[in-house]
Amino acid sequence: MPDLGKYADAVLSSYAVTIVLLVALIGHSVWRGRRVRRQLAEIQARNGK
Amino acid sequence: MASLWQYANPQKFLAVSRAVLPFVAGGAAICLVVGLVWGFFFTPDDYKQGSTVKIIYLHVPAALMAINAWLMMLVASLIWLVRRHHVSALAAKAAAPIGITMTVIALVTGAIWGEPMWGTYWAWDPRLTSFLILFLFYLGYSALWQAIESPDAAADLTSVLCMVGSVFAILSRYAVNFWNQGLHQGASLSLDKEENVSDVFYLPLLVCIAGFILLFVALVLLRTQTEIRQRQLKALEARERMA
Repeated sequence: MPDLGKYADAVLSSYAVTIVLLVALIGHSVWRGRRVRRQLAEIQARNGK
Repeated sequence: MASLWQYANPQKFLAVSRAVLPFVAGGAAICLVVGLVWGFFFTPDDYKQGSTVKIIYLHVPAALMAINAWLMMLVASLIWLVRRHHVSALAAKAAAPIGITMTVIALVTGAIWGEPMWGTYWAWDPRLTSFLILFLFYLGYSALWQAIESPDAAADLTSVLCMVGSVFAILSRYAVNFWNQGLHQGASLSLDKEENVSDVFYLPLLVCIAGFILLFVALVLLRTQTEIRQRQLKALEARERMA
């Protein structure tokens, strides 16, 4: 871990906010993609496609 | 020779994007990990800004993508308005949440960086203000998609909103050149100067920017696939209800 000195809070909080937001965005995109794909497969199966 | 417009076919788009997505996502992951680890652990402090210079690896790529995501939405919206390709309208819709996230990251990291350097989290500086307005346009754009039931009408209206908002996307990029007032420094990256940022910071910054660009492309492909399937799903559900 590098010595961030008196700005440690600013640097670490910037990285924390960014990582949380990016992980949330990626997670939501993947989760929604899987959910819609599953629902589409189900309705296609019901309709015999 | 194959035409670009063949990808306007949803099935063709799904097939191609499925094949390309793992490579783009893998490239994004590699660039982000290498760039951020390099920048955070292996670059020195700046003689003026101390360790806060490490925020550059988040703030600059996020701000760049916030502006360019809107410009990508503008191009996709124009294609929709002129050629009525549904995939382009859905790609614009898919890009908006990514642009919102990038704008929030740029605003928050900028505020956190600004406090120790400027003595304030926020100032009504031309670049900051135009960025805030761009953020509000992003929110309005997404809200408009949700508010209108007819997909074609929603695509038409959001495309017009996107064109209006482009003024602020361009202002966000060039505000520091138009106005000599304000706290925000000049552009960190430009083609008209020999050096804006020292190489020791510049090289990992370029890797981070590549990572953010690839992440944006990967997420747009993934979310556009989802939007296409969502539309197919709605059509099938409507058919079921009518049967």
